[in-house]
Amino acid sequence: MVFRMLSVLLLMGGFLIPTVAFAAGSFEDALANLNSRKFKDKQQAITRIAESGDARALVTLEALLAGQLFTRKSDKKVLIGEKSHEVYRLTDPLTGQETGQAPSKELKKIRINNKLRGLLRGAIGGLTLLSPDPDKRLAAADAVFKARSADMVPVLEKALQREEESQIQERLARALAAIQASHNQDPAQKVIAIDQLSHYSEPDVRALLGNIAQNDESEIVRDAAQKALERVEQDLARWALLGNLFQGISLGSVLLLAAVGLAITFGVMGVINMAHGELVMLGAYTTFVVQDVIRSAAPELFEYSLFIAIPAAFIVAGSVGMLIERSVIRYLYGRPLETLLATWGLSLILQQFMRTLFGPTNQEVGTPDWMSGFVEITGGLVLTYNRIAIIVFSLFVVLLLALILRKTAFGLQMRAVTQNRPMAASMGIRTGVVDMMTFGLGAGIAGMAGVALSQIDNVSPNLGQTYIIDSFMVVVFGGVGNLWGTLVGAFSIGIVNKFLEPVSGAVLGKIIVLVAIILFIQKRPRGLFALKGRAVES
Amino acid sequence: MTNKLRALLAAGTIAGTSLITGFAQAADTIKVGVLHSLSGTMAISETTLKDAMMMMIEDQNAKGGLLGKKLEAVVVDPASNWPLFAEKARELISKDKVDVVFGCWTSVSRKSVLPVFEELNSLLFYPVQYEGEESSRNVFYTGAAPNQQAIPAVDYLMSEEGGEAKRWVLLGTDYVYPRTTNKILRAYLKAKGVAEADIMENYTPFGHSDWQTIVSDVKKFASAGKKTAVVSTINGDANVPFYKELANQGVKAEDIPVVAFSVGEEELAGLDTGPLVGHLAAWNYFMSVDTPENDAFIAQWKAFIKDDKRVTNDPMEAHYIGFKMWAQAVEQAGTTDVDAVRQAMYGQEVKNLTGGVAVMNTNHHLSKPVMVGEIQPDGQLETVWETEGVVKGDAWSDYIPESAKLTADWTYPWVCGNCEKPKFAVMAE
Repeated sequence: MVFRMLSVLLLMGGFLIPTVAFAAGSFEDALANLNSRKFKDKQQAITRIAESGDARALVTLEALLAGQLFTRKSDKKVLIGEKSHEVYRLTDPLTGQETGQAPSKELKKIRINNKLRGLLRGAIGGLTLLSPDPDKRLAAADAVFKARSADMVPVLEKALQREEESQIQERLARALAAIQASHNQDPAQKVIAIDQLSHYSEPDVRALLGNIAQNDESEIVRDAAQKALERVEQDLARWALLGNLFQGISLGSVLLLAAVGLAITFGVMGVINMAHGELVMLGAYTTFVVQDVIRSAAPELFEYSLFIAIPAAFIVAGSVGMLIERSVIRYLYGRPLETLLATWGLSLILQQFMRTLFGPTNQEVGTPDWMSGFVEITGGLVLTYNRIAIIVFSLFVVLLLALILRKTAFGLQMRAVTQNRPMAASMGIRTGVVDMMTFGLGAGIAGMAGVALSQIDNVSPNLGQTYIIDSFMVVVFGGVGNLWGTLVGAFSIGIVNKFLEPVSGAVLGKIIVLVAIILFIQKRPRGLFALKGRAVES
Repeated sequence: MTNKLRALLAAGTIAGTSLITGFAQAADTIKVGVLHSLSGTMAISETTLKDAMMMMIEDQNAKGGLLGKKLEAVVVDPASNWPLFAEKARELISKDKVDVVFGCWTSVSRKSVLPVFEELNSLLFYPVQYEGEESSRNVFYTGAAPNQQAIPAVDYLMSEEGGEAKRWVLLGTDYVYPRTTNKILRAYLKAKGVAEADIMENYTPFGHSDWQTIVSDVKKFASAGKKTAVVSTINGDANVPFYKELANQGVKAEDIPVVAFSVGEEELAGLDTGPLVGHLAAWNYFMSVDTPENDAFIAQWKAFIKDDKRVTNDPMEAHYIGFKMWAQAVEQAGTTDVDAVRQAMYGQEVKNLTGGVAVMNTNHHLSKPVMVGEIQPDGQLETVWETEGVVKGDAWSDYIPESAKLTADWTYPWVCGNCEKPKFAVMAE
């Protein structure tokens, strides 16, 4: 394996320096030059290291990109340092041997900027195009595409011949076409490459074609690029529409999560709970605490931290909810104005309590690996994993809630109490306990929403305030007391918002939606799906 | 009975003496007002500044106070409520009789207290970067003016080293600071030959949390064949979801660098910065700068706040400089009288935590160095570029025609914050 890597690297060296052969020691010289304060010198040094064909180049460049290349202050030696606890474990890039440890005070990091980062990725891409690891080859193909260096053509051609996986082949072909389209001397060749590129409807390709269409010397090439550009743009516009729809659904799912707990407390019980947002916030903080404990006690569980946080948040927020119901709200049933004021006061108390406990600053909630990043349907349509996860989760929560309401004895009691309290009581249902449990359920679901929101928003004491207005809007719009209405309401507000936003801007978009909802409520005061029956009439 | 009476008498005496000593102390202290929100939306940023002020006042007292008197902090909480800022400011000045006030964060809170400070002739030290276009006789602006932050940052992105950006996205929260800054930037970019079609401006409400559309719009705008950079004046809570969306949609700094003017170490503390490495921020101070002064300051802060994970940021340095300057000016003037201290402030020098010396100018703005830093995986910002020497804060931007004519200078013969010609004729030589 190591031998194969080495031979591959050596082979590549041959391709990279077809004319000039650097003298032995050029790697050593260039390495020392990385030390320079000037970014220009570093740029040259990186190019020289990449072209040295030295087997040690890749490790060094990767360390530099990762910010793990240091100079030791005492002897100005360039070393690779890996942080372990308080000190750095040092490796000499020249020998590959470990050379002891040093605290950060004795080392000076070799700094890079965005320009060097781009150069490094291109160079590393060139060195890993033939790597045995398919992920690395894929990344390399994209890096080479971005770098667009004419020197890469021979390696690319070779890699393309060898490649067996179709996805990577496609990427390599794209990189090759991009290089040909921008660097080939022959306009006819350029036109062919541009034609190839026009099959990739991706923003990066669009950028490249746009550049060629404006700047190429030959008119034929410019025209070809312009045509290809139009084709790519058409494709992209179609994907953008789908992307917009996805974003709308995603925003809808966030609204749904924030509102579904309120659909119980406000919708079913009729309690105007201004502290609803703070229950969401409690859920988010529970996630933080769970992750904190996991980080210190069992780091290997981190990937599953959210699954642990969901029930924990349900229990924490649910118990706080029950406590609120028993201590405050139950004395205020039937007095909406007092409830509103009391719960608003509670929301301020909860906020300040969390501020005192955790401090006013944002807390860092980590995203597990399986939720970060995105899936590229095509270049034009990018769906992020965290959004997909939240959509699925929100639907799951609504389904679960519907099942509880429809299929369990508790759900039956809950509905009975809401529809006719004295009748339910005379049938032997302890209405007080049912009230407490119902409020606890709504609060617990708000807490679960907090777990999801911690992935996309600030975990700070103010988290809840952002969502309280939106939650009420969704519940009122969808129809009070109707879960299905909340679902449809949330998704329609989300989608309408996302289609308005590109046209009107975020601020105006929000205003338009709000005005539209107010007008709608004038027409249909009970919302989209109004409950019917005697209970409603009273 | 007599026992009871005696006890009562004793209690009375004790209460009396403590009352007297209380008065004596009150007369013997110099009162420093601290006007920062400790609750509400802005508490996230302002609480830190309150703590920083407490630390410096404590430190000054340990060194023996000022003019032989102890300093006494008077802390009030305006609760992120802009009109309440004005009320609390009035309370501090007229009721508590403070000698100076350190406070405010948002521009709207500063605008709210401004008339109070001018009416009652007191001093406010304002520590946050802001949009400029203001110079009050009663305010010392220790944060950056646009020419000390926005303009150099754009210059950097235009330079070869910064990636030669040709297309610009100006993203901001919808209020006075981003709007004014972007107005200045737009004029500046045009002066540099950037076409109207190559500038995109977008505003979002406070606390905006759904950035999907805007980030994809930025990606789309950037795919027009020219190098694109984003200038962000997004403020407060909206930043975390914005950066999370950037990371999730895979916007890399090499492709589309984002330079922010309101994101510092404190804001990054709530974020996983791994995917954001290389995005930029422009400030006059970074915690990562390696100087003995900065090391000492960080150590002092961590010891004071009793938390090893807390960070320092630019507005804290601004308060540090402001407080030291005020203390020096009081020592020089030999009094805390507002007019005397104001005179003594001009030309006052304090060593920056990042090296060099900050000077207070007669337009009430500082001369400070400007730095551009890159976000690191550990949540720190590391300098990649800085101005040579210090940049003098400019109250009135040179790039907006109507304000280019104005001068702020509070010394003779100008004595004015927004005049086209001096208030007093210069006497013939």
